[in-house]
Amino acid sequence: MPTSALAAYSEVTASDASLRRFLHGLPGVDQVGAEARAAGLGTRSIKTTAKAWALDLAIRMVDLTTLEGQDTPGKVRALANKALRPDPADPTCPSVAAVCVYGDLVGEVKAIVGSQVNVAAVATAFPSGRASMDVKLADTRDAVANGADEIDMVIDRGAFLAGRYLQVFEEIVATREACVRPDGSHAHLKVIFETGELQTYDNVRRASWLAMLAGTDFIKTSTGKVQPAATLPVTLVMLEAVRDFREATGVQIGVKPAGGIRTAKDAIKYLVMVNEIAGDDWLDPDWFRFGASTLLNDLLMQRTKMTTGRYSGPDYFTLD
Amino acid sequence: MAFEYAPAPESRSIVDIRPSYGLFIDGEFVDGRGSSFKTVNPATEETLAEIAEASDADVDLAVRAARRAFRGWSRMSGKERAKYLFRIARIIQERARELAVLESIDNGKPIKESRDVDVPVVAAHFFYYAGWADKLDHAGLGPNPQPLGVAGQVIPWNFPLLMLAWKVAPALACGNTVVLKPAETTPLTALLFAEICQQADLPPGVVNIVTGAGSTGQAVVSHPDVDKVAFTGSTAVGKAIARAIAGTDKLATLELGGKAANIVFDDAPIDQAVEGIVGGIFFNQGHVCCAGSRLLVQESVTDEVLGRLKRRMGTLRVGDPLDKNTDIGAINSREQLERIRELSDIGEAEGAERWAPACELPSSGFWFPPTIFTGVTQAHRIARDEVFGPVLSVLTFRTPAEAIEKANNTPYGLSAGVWTEKGSRILHMASQLRAGVVWANTFNKFDPASPFGGYKESGYGREGGRQGLAAYLKEADA
Repeated sequence: MPTSALAAYSEVTASDASLRRFLHGLPGVDQVGAEARAAGLGTRSIKTTAKAWALDLAIRMVDLTTLEGQDTPGKVRALANKALRPDPADPTCPSVAAVCVYGDLVGEVKAIVGSQVNVAAVATAFPSGRASMDVKLADTRDAVANGADEIDMVIDRGAFLAGRYLQVFEEIVATREACVRPDGSHAHLKVIFETGELQTYDNVRRASWLAMLAGTDFIKTSTGKVQPAATLPVTLVMLEAVRDFREATGVQIGVKPAGGIRTAKDAIKYLVMVNEIAGDDWLDPDWFRFGASTLLNDLLMQRTKMTTGRYSGPDYFTLD
Repeated sequence: MAFEYAPAPESRSIVDIRPSYGLFIDGEFVDGRGSSFKTVNPATEETLAEIAEASDADVDLAVRAARRAFRGWSRMSGKERAKYLFRIARIIQERARELAVLESIDNGKPIKESRDVDVPVVAAHFFYYAGWADKLDHAGLGPNPQPLGVAGQVIPWNFPLLMLAWKVAPALACGNTVVLKPAETTPLTALLFAEICQQADLPPGVVNIVTGAGSTGQAVVSHPDVDKVAFTGSTAVGKAIARAIAGTDKLATLELGGKAANIVFDDAPIDQAVEGIVGGIFFNQGHVCCAGSRLLVQESVTDEVLGRLKRRMGTLRVGDPLDKNTDIGAINSREQLERIRELSDIGEAEGAERWAPACELPSSGFWFPPTIFTGVTQAHRIARDEVFGPVLSVLTFRTPAEAIEKANNTPYGLSAGVWTEKGSRILHMASQLRAGVVWANTFNKFDPASPFGGYKESGYGREGGRQGLAAYLKEADA
């Protein structure tokens, strides 16, 4: 898909030097201005029908995630069931978008959710990305072979910060190839920048363009293992990037903030930002996701409040 | 899938609007001796209250009260005066919501701005000048500087409460007393401020508020016992005031019109520049004397900037000022709406290309959509006259020198904006632009510590900051 649309950029990605020139030629991001804009959008007041709609949409956008060393088949099975029926007391509650786990647990989740909910796996030596390319690709192929619908890869932040952009580019291209299944289809690729380590908004914008030129399907802020993880201004810069990229190439790329989004109120702020920065084409689980584990229960609690008029305690909602 | 935001109106029950208001003289609300007029909600055209029109005799009473109060207030130690100012600042914070709602009802500005900008900055001004009250010896204006006496202050309708704070806070901190006339279309928050003065136990006569139109203002500035005139408003009225006080020993500061250039270079942070353009001209419906009403954009990025600007303008929400999601509220008065329409029509007739996003305007009240004119040149009136509305003229330039030339080619000189990633260029531009304020990579930011004022027909004198004290003090032996 992107190869033809991106043909115009083949010169850009021909060498490290041309790639650097291009990425550094992108308009800068003024930190104060970007943060002020994000804060301004955060003051939108979303209530009644708009809030009910936003809560359901946010639930449908959640990638229910567990990425711990202590994860077990039992733990991820519980999560998979929750993904299908987030609120067992209310059948009108939609399923989440995906369950995100380590590659070795993909099969356990798949057995439960089937094709009703996507299964995402982290790969490429998540979360550090510090391994040889062969290992990263093997990690990816393994997860795809286990049945993962989506692959969340991490970029080599060391290479990026050292200015070896072409290396990062080629790693994304190679990982995308590793996502191809024997039947020719491919697992959706999400590229994680770990924006907390990239630090500057200029870097976030450059990483976004780099990943989009390399053919990613999604760009994602963080692994959830580094603070700060997703923030509104970082996501704002990424939303501007996907919007500009579609205008330039016609190719639409998804965005996934991950880590640190815990409340329904925060999630709605993100949705407002999606709406007003990228546009309502992105208000869909195909194009926007929340990487979060604790967010879901707050969304459910707010949803119940909307329908019953009362808040219920945490015991009325399932543990993951 | 469209995200329709449900209406989120701020409750107006928090504020009581009385059916009629008198004048605030010598610490009391008194009936005016003149006639009265109505103040209306510009978003609905509903009459809000009957306001007394102060006659010359009323103004005379107010000035006498201020003169009597001056003796005690000016001799009070700075530390004591500061206590009153701090108290006023705190009450403003406590009653912030009430003030914000009333300001939006009377003025038409979105609650988002009155709540998040006007009222917090008002409180900040009182806090800031309260801090100066006992440090006047260290303001760089000589040892033991003295207050001037009675200040006659006339303020506009675009930021009713904020302009009051800009005028009243430094005057009081320096030991002056004031007679203030708010604009006839927006008197309500000044009258609520009078209540706050009572609540703060401010000595009677230190602050007097006389409402009315032009003739009341004239009576204030030309009263023989007024020592200092402070005016913010149109250049035409400013000139009239300057003529009226010529030959007297009255001192004056005038903050008048503007036609600011907002200059976008090709290396600017484009998305933030677009935000700055939007904030520069559509903030407060463009009713801002320092509004960035002339966009000067480098030719190499004109298409990109305009494309993004138009897309951004499509997301602006115009409507009920009390809705928390409203970005652009109502035009303050029918007269102002007529003026905006007239100048826009002239812009079109002169060949500039007019564009506004599709937006539905309420059926009653005074409304004008956010509008840009492209293909504007220096020869167009729309590039020269102050529109004082949500109307942006877009001009282009090729080199920094041309940008400076065009930016300075105006009778005004209140503010300017520069958008570039290059620090050295920011400094160069700031030193070349003939404007009182030059914002870099931002626009329309107000801080009590930062002086504000203009060149040429934008007036003289400075408000805000340490410089703002100079307008209310004289040397001890002078």
